Amino acid sequence: MTNGWVDIKNTDMMLIMGGNPAENHPCGFKWVVEAKKVRNAKLIVVDPRFQRTASQADHFCQIRAGSDIAFLGGLINYALQNNRYAKDYVINYTNAALIVKKGFKLPEDGFFSGFDAAGLKYDASSWNYEEGANVTGTAAAAIAAGDGPATPETAAKFVPAAAPVPATGQGHTAGGPAGAAGPAPAALPPNTAYDLSLEHPRCVFQLMKKHFSRYTPEMVSSITGIPVDKLNKAWDMYTSIRKDGDMKKVGTIIYSVGWTQHTFGSQIIRTAAMTQLLLGNVGRAGGGVNALRGHSNIQGATDMAGVFDILPGYLKMPNPGDTDFATYIKRITPTPAKPKEWDSFNYWSNTSKFAVSFLKAMYGDAAKKENDWAFNYLPKIDRKFSWVEQWDAMYAGKVKGLISFGMNGVAIGPNSEKNIDALKKAEWLVVCDIYPEETSSFWESPGISDDEKKQIKTEVYRLPGAGFAEKDGTFVNSARWLQWKWAAVPTPGDAKLDHAILATIFLKVRELYQQEKDKPEAKFPDAILNLAWAYTTPNSPSLAEVAKEINGKALADLHDDKQTPTDWKAGQQLPGFAWLKDDGTTSSGNWLYCGSWPDAGSATQRRDPADPSGLGIHPTWGWSWPANRRVLYNRASCNLDGKPWDPSRKQVWFNESTGKWAGNDVPDFKADSNPKDHMGPFIMNPEGVGRLFVPLAGMADGPFPEHYEPVESPLVNPLHPKQTNSPVVKRYKSDLDKYGTSDKFPYPCTTYRLTEHYHYWTKNNPMNMQLVPEPFVEISEQLASKLSIKGGDRLKVSTARSGTKDGKEYGVYYARAMVTKRIQPLKLAGKDDPVYPVGIPIHWAYRGIGDGRAEDRRNGVNVLSPTVIDPNAYTPEFKGFLVNIEKA
Amino acid sequence: MSNGNLEIKAISGHNGKSAGNGVSRDYDVCKLIDTTTCIGCKACEVACVEWNGYEFRETTFDNTYQTMPETAWNFWNLIKFNEVETDGGLQWLMRKDQCMHCEEPGCLIACPADGAIVQYTNGIVDFNQANCIGCQYCVTGCPFNIPKFNEATKKVYKCTLCSDRVGAGLEPACIKSCPTGCLHFGSKEDMKFEAEKRVKQLKSNGHDNAGVYNPGDPNGGSPGSIGGTHVIYVLGDARDPEKYGGLPAAPSVPFFVKAWKGPLKWLGGIGIMAGVFGVFMHYVRFGPKEVDKVEEVKR
Repeated sequence: MTNGWVDIKNTDMMLIMGGNPAENHPCGFKWVVEAKKVRNAKLIVVDPRFQRTASQADHFCQIRAGSDIAFLGGLINYALQNNRYAKDYVINYTNAALIVKKGFKLPEDGFFSGFDAAGLKYDASSWNYEEGANVTGTAAAAIAAGDGPATPETAAKFVPAAAPVPATGQGHTAGGPAGAAGPAPAALPPNTAYDLSLEHPRCVFQLMKKHFSRYTPEMVSSITGIPVDKLNKAWDMYTSIRKDGDMKKVGTIIYSVGWTQHTFGSQIIRTAAMTQLLLGNVGRAGGGVNALRGHSNIQGATDMAGVFDILPGYLKMPNPGDTDFATYIKRITPTPAKPKEWDSFNYWSNTSKFAVSFLKAMYGDAAKKENDWAFNYLPKIDRKFSWVEQWDAMYAGKVKGLISFGMNGVAIGPNSEKNIDALKKAEWLVVCDIYPEETSSFWESPGISDDEKKQIKTEVYRLPGAGFAEKDGTFVNSARWLQWKWAAVPTPGDAKLDHAILATIFLKVRELYQQEKDKPEAKFPDAILNLAWAYTTPNSPSLAEVAKEINGKALADLHDDKQTPTDWKAGQQLPGFAWLKDDGTTSSGNWLYCGSWPDAGSATQRRDPADPSGLGIHPTWGWSWPANRRVLYNRASCNLDGKPWDPSRKQVWFNESTGKWAGNDVPDFKADSNPKDHMGPFIMNPEGVGRLFVPLAGMADGPFPEHYEPVESPLVNPLHPKQTNSPVVKRYKSDLDKYGTSDKFPYPCTTYRLTEHYHYWTKNNPMNMQLVPEPFVEISEQLASKLSIKGGDRLKVSTARSGTKDGKEYGVYYARAMVTKRIQPLKLAGKDDPVYPVGIPIHWAYRGIGDGRAEDRRNGVNVLSPTVIDPNAYTPEFKGFLVNIEKA
Repeated sequence: MSNGNLEIKAISGHNGKSAGNGVSRDYDVCKLIDTTTCIGCKACEVACVEWNGYEFRETTFDNTYQTMPETAWNFWNLIKFNEVETDGGLQWLMRKDQCMHCEEPGCLIACPADGAIVQYTNGIVDFNQANCIGCQYCVTGCPFNIPKFNEATKKVYKCTLCSDRVGAGLEPACIKSCPTGCLHFGSKEDMKFEAEKRVKQLKSNGHDNAGVYNPGDPNGGSPGSIGGTHVIYVLGDARDPEKYGGLPAAPSVPFFVKAWKGPLKWLGGIGIMAGVFGVFMHYVRFGPKEVDKVEEVKR
């Protein structure tokens, strides 16, 4: 979240889409209720089903799963057409005024400029700003000269020799794995051309306007299935906060995995971010783009590099071209790119300080200036090791073993049959869990005969881990708050703390390396032998010690006149990342968490609910990254002069007398930057401003979001019928990867969670099972009548991935029908007949309370979902795939 | 049951009001359920079962999100889910169903067992299964279909409004568990004030039919009056409480229950007196019953 849970109470307008917080985040939903009760805030809910959140909505639209970009693109178009956007904010705080290079083409035919049809990827070098100066006033001449965005004829073409485009990272440069053949990667120009009148035909604003002008109410209605009057009502309601140029009101957008789990998930979120920038809602109390995280510590997992292409604190993973530390730092450190007269803080210019401090935390004294801070101990990635890619490689026999901690791979991944078969091919599998779940029981999944069981050679180890209440440590919530928790109960029986299990494995591995390090087959023992492991109890490190290590400390006596206090002695915990250095005198496992455990003691353990400003900041409750700041980019809550847009919600402000920024929240800005210097509020971007247009390789699939259909869709894309799906989405080729069409599989299906259950855990708990005893398939009354189905009938759900082998069917899902008014048939483009969406909750599979009864041994719902992922975030498309339904 | 921490106002099986022991409370307690902010999360269902220490029961799929069709002897708190079509739209109404704790409780009035049902001065109506004779008259007496019979124990059970917690100064378990603040607990006056305030706000936001469901309050004096309840609702559409899972628009204690234990109580008295009189007249007419002489000889 750019903002936080409590901050939702400050809003005037809410759009909840791609998330169902009343269902899945009931405790956080209290702040939605608070905003409605106290501020008369309005709530718009857009979802494929009328769900619990919709029951609270002032306006509800039933959308077809996977058409969110169309809805939001229409919203942007509506705001632009009706002059309901924050003009000063857009000109000064976004890249709307920046001019884009000639040769950049909009995707009227489904393709941006630079598409490489053979490689299914883009050469993003034409997605860049034009180098230059202030061109305000030249728009008329440019229009007269026909100097607009490129056409298919004039568009920049993919040049085969160019460096490949990585799908990762923040998009500072378009370099692929460095060292690959080709010219130097494109970079942003230091001085960008710009037009403050926003009229130049190649300025971001005009390109955006042109791009979304195609998202008319009629077009959006034919894609989403939402009637035009309901669309207009939703758009009018949301943009009403900017009626008549008013800047006081604030709107928030709240989403969850209903947006991420698509082959264009990242672009849906981009569209939301653009909406919020356009309406001037980012950085403001009650505003922002707010992701609700599905597990109590998913935010922490991401911050600590739970994704293959980042290191803790969102530092990028090295690649094979990073032959030394300097090359790596140069590649990942952006340089400012902005209008010459403006200022850019470009906070990532500190990357080297964060990276060296990280390496010092990892390798301690073994990380020295002479050995490049042990940079070469870090693995370098030459391909995408995303979840789906790894399981695909295991299915292909390339991955020999798997250690599975904190996840239930068979249940959570797409196309479960393939994942079960992948595990059959592995030599060994280690699962740490608190239940004997589906993954460690893959060999007894439904449909496997006793004979077949005997053929499975995989050696399976089950390790008894600890439940959340049996461990201490921090949870990082959706609001980026680190909150310490204390263990409530000891681990039962033989169960052990997860980190004790990991430590034991590591120490054993290190011991083996120590014993055999001189043997020729010991290729590179240094990284393992030199890992810093200075814990009091090495085989079960205290999480307090680990948390302190992540925060970081001074390794030498430090002095800085500009900070208060001015000195820290060697060994003392550091109070914030402003102290981190790239000379080896500081360590920090994650720069973003620096300040969470300062020398005075853990800030994450603070429990003072005081809220002096009344804005829900609660500055002494827990600690939020970065720097205990509760709302990110909060400089944007003020106008150009540094005064709050809304004086009744004062977050930060520029104090003329001290010449510094002050506030109720911690200013997210250079403390002494005078507003006259025009420094942009989006300090993590090299432009200093928010990106309506994402230059270079920031996004793999386009600098603007474009509506593409899910890989399995009932519809030909009405925007460009020849290019229905995202052109950069890869289809997998294994014999179990099949993709269906709507002639055989007519029903778009979405999967979701229920309040009564928690992922795949609570099927082990009688209380949850009492509340919802068994899985079901939600279908409309109209579909039920068409197929002669009654509520409670047993249904068989199948996909293109279903089939039979040795007389036994696989890839099918059985559950009872829930016939409801809460899902309605949709009228879509080019279809005479309505399309009937269906929905299936997750939560059940073949291990749980019912597993003793043969008829309860059922597949998880992910036997149905296809293996296909978002090219930016690698998230599978669990929403909006095609199924067929029959009465079983 | 409260362990003597609450002052008893009425006890079943006694003629008229019968004060008992316990600590006096200054005010009537009341639960306010704002259905417009209920998200049907069922936290109150779980809290109720857990606080009262009941075993989890098996349920069956029934084409709804509702846990079971109606409350059960060991499941006193149930959210009712109702899909209601409106002009061009849909409402998914969720209402927490439980004992309403009537001021003139039909259950208590109907109950013939001494001390099986007690009413405390703060308004809580509580069952004491130790004294329950399993006649189920209370089931007949309740206008809200709340008391439920357990075939195994032959006793009747229902929500106690957590008299044990309230007696110890705590709020009921359901109130404590509610994540959105749709459940409130306090004095009846305060809850009525809160409810009216919320209704006013709802109306100002276009919910013209919002209203408070507070049946029988003040006491209308009608023959079946329940005399008000210690649970009140805010409804988004107060015109039709029935659509919130069968909330009766005008709940009343069945006439014959009230009549039998109220105005017609003298009939029972007359019946008893008539019986005694009959016995006496029999004695006068026939004298004492004498043991058969033959029987005496046999002994």
